[in-house]
Amino acid sequence: MRKLMMAAAIALPMFGTAAIAQETVKIAYIDPLSGGGASIGEIGLKTFQFLAEELNAKGGVLGKKVEIVAFDNKTNPQESLIQAQKAIDQGIRILTQGNGSSVAGALSDFVTKYNERNPGKEVLYFNYAAVDPVLTNDKCSFWHFRWDANSDIKMEALTNYMKTATAIKNVYLINQDYSFGHSVRTAAKSMLGAKRPDIKIVGDELHPLLKITDFAPYIAKIKASGADTVVTGNWGQDFALLLKAAADAGLKVSWYTYYAGGTGGPTAVKQANLNHQVFQVGEGIANLDNKPSQEFEKALRAKYDFSLFYPRAVNQMRMLAAAADKAKSIDPVKVALALEGMEFDVFNGGKGSMRKDDHQFFQPIYISSLGDRTEKEPFDEEKTGWGWKLIAKIDTAQTVLPTTCKMERPK
Amino acid sequence: MLELIVMSTLNGVLYGMLLFLMASGLTVIFSMLGVLNFAHASFYMLGAFFGFQISRWFGFWPALLIAPLLAGALGAAVERYGLRRVHKNGHVAELLFTFGLAFAIEEVVQIIWGKSPVDFRVPSLLDFPAFTIFSTNYPAYKMFMLLVSIVIFVALLITLKKTRIGLIVQAALTHPHMVGHLGHNVGRIFMLVFGVGTALAAVAGVIAGPALVTQANMAGLLGPILFVVVVVGGLGSLPGAFAASLLIGLVQTFAVSMNGSLSGAFGPLSPNYAATWLADIWNVTIAQIAPIMPYLLLVLILIFRPMGLLGTRDT
Repeated sequence: MRKLMMAAAIALPMFGTAAIAQETVKIAYIDPLSGGGASIGEIGLKTFQFLAEELNAKGGVLGKKVEIVAFDNKTNPQESLIQAQKAIDQGIRILTQGNGSSVAGALSDFVTKYNERNPGKEVLYFNYAAVDPVLTNDKCSFWHFRWDANSDIKMEALTNYMKTATAIKNVYLINQDYSFGHSVRTAAKSMLGAKRPDIKIVGDELHPLLKITDFAPYIAKIKASGADTVVTGNWGQDFALLLKAAADAGLKVSWYTYYAGGTGGPTAVKQANLNHQVFQVGEGIANLDNKPSQEFEKALRAKYDFSLFYPRAVNQMRMLAAAADKAKSIDPVKVALALEGMEFDVFNGGKGSMRKDDHQFFQPIYISSLGDRTEKEPFDEEKTGWGWKLIAKIDTAQTVLPTTCKMERPK
Repeated sequence: MLELIVMSTLNGVLYGMLLFLMASGLTVIFSMLGVLNFAHASFYMLGAFFGFQISRWFGFWPALLIAPLLAGALGAAVERYGLRRVHKNGHVAELLFTFGLAFAIEEVVQIIWGKSPVDFRVPSLLDFPAFTIFSTNYPAYKMFMLLVSIVIFVALLITLKKTRIGLIVQAALTHPHMVGHLGHNVGRIFMLVFGVGTALAAVAGVIAGPALVTQANMAGLLGPILFVVVVVGGLGSLPGAFAASLLIGLVQTFAVSMNGSLSGAFGPLSPNYAATWLADIWNVTIAQIAPIMPYLLLVLILIFRPMGLLGTRDT
């Protein structure tokens, strides 16, 4: 009798949680919530929670409540796998992660192997920001979906604009020393070489990821190189601190960036007084003339102290709901099949689609610069008074690059 | 080129002086107590967070005074009520104690101030460029950091060389047992040294906090380098710690500014090997390996001069 009661005492709560788990769609958010990546990891978490609330207010996904469960991976691939396993053990079937292509590569690999070993319990991996091209090329996986434009797409757009900027003579490349930083520098060198052979690359720097607290030595080097333009894929504190050091030293160059809008970035740009000299390539900015996204921006800013840095996360969550509706199921395999080739009206306006061949999402890409605003730019960033101004729009069709992916699909 | 050398020297000396502020306490504690204090960098972090909090309430200048005193008192308490009790169980227990303490402090800091960086700003009084050389500004705050470090270095030197307590501390460095036999309260000296050592680390924390990043992993980022300084400089040698701090500061800063690589020195790798692992080694620049330079130095010193640059005892 006693044994039976003990068994019941252990088993009942387990049944209880299993029953609750079916009522909610849980998404594991695996990103840095401590260490050098924490400043942007926390913004991402709040953004996803906001999006979950938005879905829940409209009745959730297939009538089920959406919940974001946070896991701290410390921007570390090994730690991410432990956290992913922890999430799966809790019965979570959808993982999302964005910060760090090194982490993304490990996670994609892990999920693929896990799904091979555990048929019927498949897990999906939604990548909202890790942009190393290899993830949708040589190392593509059926279980991985990427909503951010990959690094090559972004560099293509950026260099197409740089081609027209005749003031650029000497370019300095500074990037983080890991897969993503390497892909940025390689793409920048080959694309600039092809489009503007007159431009000189005067520096090509790689520095440790999220470990530098004082960029003054690097800034001194950029200064000494005589560069007039810097191209960087740096994100998080690696961008904010780089610009902070540039501001301290009074370095006046143009910056072509992927992630200048991240936490601390706009503040540092304002400090450096680089009015419309910092450019960013991305899938959207607050100041686009598009009513629904501006309404969303207002609602987000009313609730939190930051602006939307991840329009791609909005697309990701809304498409998840749409795919579940289409599949009439939240089973990961059916959702994945529904997502393939899906056309979608993206958050910032225009059409986007999830390519079936490699699970890369294609969408309009925008180049913008940060500085003084006119009445066309209602939103500023980080209370600096400065906001993003649209410089160029690249339509979806022009962003499509070929892929080498040979995808293995479940039978 | 000259510009780069001048800027790198300035940056390197500044970084070196910051290292010295912390290493001075660590090396003295190390040689007196025979214990590598793994939690030393945690007091640097505590200094930064105390400084942040106090500067929120009372402004930066009171923080510069109060935060190190608080951290020093905490350090003294750790010695009096923690280390001294653990001491009975031998050096390994002491080592493990400080090791555990470092994690405990980090967790507590995370609980109180969160895991992401706090907004610790440079005081507006010092927020301007001090001077401009080669059209590059040098921030006044960095000059202030340099000044504070030098003042403390001089004060420390005078205290150790010219005062009675300094004499006893010096004696305890080389002959701790003899000092005890002569009737000095060695326990109190240890507590004092521990308190002052941690307070110095906290000073470094307060002045480095606004210039670098104040967050819960800052101890982990700097901790390992401190041990390099102590070992390279030589056990218990303050001038040694000073020289090693400057050396490491300069080596790291200058390494960043150098672009040399094997391919630069000997020409590009033959195409036969271009796609192999050899290509990675061939093309890596000195700037890229800058972060591991101090550890390379540590290994070399331990092999060729185990007592350190200016040390007298073997480690």
